[in-house]
Amino acid sequence: MKNSSINKSQYGFYFVLPFFVTFLVFGLTPIIYSLYLSFTKWDGFSDPTFVGLANYARLLHDTFFYKAIGNTLIIWVLSIVPQLVLALALAMILNEKFIRGKHFFRAVYYFPHIVTPVTLGVLFSLMFDWQTGSVNKFLMGLGIIDDPVNWLNSPWLSRIIVALVIMWQYFGFNMLVFIAGLQSISPELYEAAAVDGATRWKVATKITLPLLKPVLLFTFITSIIGGLQLFDAPLMLGNGPDNSTLTMVMYLYQTAFKNFDYSYGAAIAYAIFIIILIFSVISMKFSKMNKVEQ
Amino acid sequence: MKADTSLAAKSISLSDSKPRKERNMKKLLVKFSVYIFLILVAFTCLLPFYSMMVTSSHTNSEIARKLLLLPGTEFMNNYNRLIDTVPIWRGFANSLFITITSTALNLYFSALAGYGFSKYNYKGKNILFLAVLGTMMIPGQLGIIGFFKLMDSFHMLNTYWPIILPSISNAFGIFFMKQMCDSSIPTEILESGRIDGCGELKIFHRLVLPLLMPAVATLGIFSFIGKWNDFLTPMIILFDNELQPLPVMIASVKSQFSTDFGAMYVGIVISVIPVLIFFSIVSKKIISGVTAGALKG
Repeated sequence: MKNSSINKSQYGFYFVLPFFVTFLVFGLTPIIYSLYLSFTKWDGFSDPTFVGLANYARLLHDTFFYKAIGNTLIIWVLSIVPQLVLALALAMILNEKFIRGKHFFRAVYYFPHIVTPVTLGVLFSLMFDWQTGSVNKFLMGLGIIDDPVNWLNSPWLSRIIVALVIMWQYFGFNMLVFIAGLQSISPELYEAAAVDGATRWKVATKITLPLLKPVLLFTFITSIIGGLQLFDAPLMLGNGPDNSTLTMVMYLYQTAFKNFDYSYGAAIAYAIFIIILIFSVISMKFSKMNKVEQ
Repeated sequence: MKADTSLAAKSISLSDSKPRKERNMKKLLVKFSVYIFLILVAFTCLLPFYSMMVTSSHTNSEIARKLLLLPGTEFMNNYNRLIDTVPIWRGFANSLFITITSTALNLYFSALAGYGFSKYNYKGKNILFLAVLGTMMIPGQLGIIGFFKLMDSFHMLNTYWPIILPSISNAFGIFFMKQMCDSSIPTEILESGRIDGCGELKIFHRLVLPLLMPAVATLGIFSFIGKWNDFLTPMIILFDNELQPLPVMIASVKSQFSTDFGAMYVGIVISVIPVLIFFSIVSKKIISGVTAGALKG
């Protein structure tokens, strides 16, 4: 009877095995295969032919790709700054003890985060439609504008709208993260501040914000990685005038699955990966520097 | 903790030297404006959804002409035009099928692997666990071209296998379940099971899994939401309209009904309402789950 041996530790290995087998088949192999395909010419119909670094050389001179990098970064900055400020303000307010209906407010702010991003993209594209959209009707009703604004026909306005969708979708999530951070600050610090006669403003700027800094940095860094992969919602809002809202992953999707240039798409995927890697390393260095300072 | 903060607040107000009436007025004003701010933000969160529901019940000419504030009577007409072209309920059923099977696989194998990492000792365990965490760093679309070609050679294009099977390898799920096993599964229970002659898998099914149920529920909700919203993989893998999940169908509604706004709004309503109902039932669990996850991060 082999099974009755006292040492059962090999079972642990069997239990984690399904993860590795599945990851090997559906995760790692496609990644390595993509790398190979990025060195070939493959249109999906004939067999891939090896072309060396040609795809990457083409990528280096591809103005569309540079534009897509720029668009993605612009949209990320436009959405992240107001998003974090709003999330922080709401978290600090909802952490005050006198506020009633805390759960209601948290739930309402978080709700947009779980709605399908594609749906949000379609909803906002309808709301900002210049002829039939409710936003123009609303602003004209209030008398703020006289003529309908053609939002999605202006490069900057359409970028702002994409950023608005992203901000609207994520501020509630970030707020919950900040609330968790606020709740982990020791109440003794606040007592000490109260004994010393500190004002609310002083407490917020000298105790709460410095102690929340690691959480803020963490959110900022993770948002770079997510922001660079922006896809679902902007796809529904379209490429924008002069491709002003074309993001990196949208460009990857359109190259590979609309124009059937799969091998060039694979090269774009690797370029996106390298860009994300660079930004992650920079932000990690940056956060380490901050730790040393403290 | 509550008592502590109220004590702190009291001593702050004691140290204030302004006359009481003025102070109370100011306090009331601050409170009032804070509430106005909170309600205003809540309003902006809900307004697009209200507007979507109201607009979906009007004719196209009304939608184009004026700002709509109250529900109309045309919902069924818009709805009928939508389902004439897009099998939206089929998409709904497809989404439900994909999401439930994926979530079940994800939960079972995450719990199994988390338990395997938590309660057993074998060679290379720590390296394997680091490898699991490492896979979380890889952006999702890196291997998408190779994935597409590989699924083609497996003859799995236009089937649900490439969408459902990868749910077995969920790194975050394993990380989460390992932590839960570390903290809430006493090793004595496993030993007592072994003494009673249970096999290792039976111990997992009969003793460990029931104890992990609260964690399974939390992970299950997030896995469900994530899979329900999944878009890129089904869009490139599935070609038949009949097979597509809801998000892909919503995307095709956008391109097919370029001027029929009423029908498009109905499509969005059908996609949002189930999420709204689901959220209103489990919002407490979701919010505490996010908060717990944030503390660990």
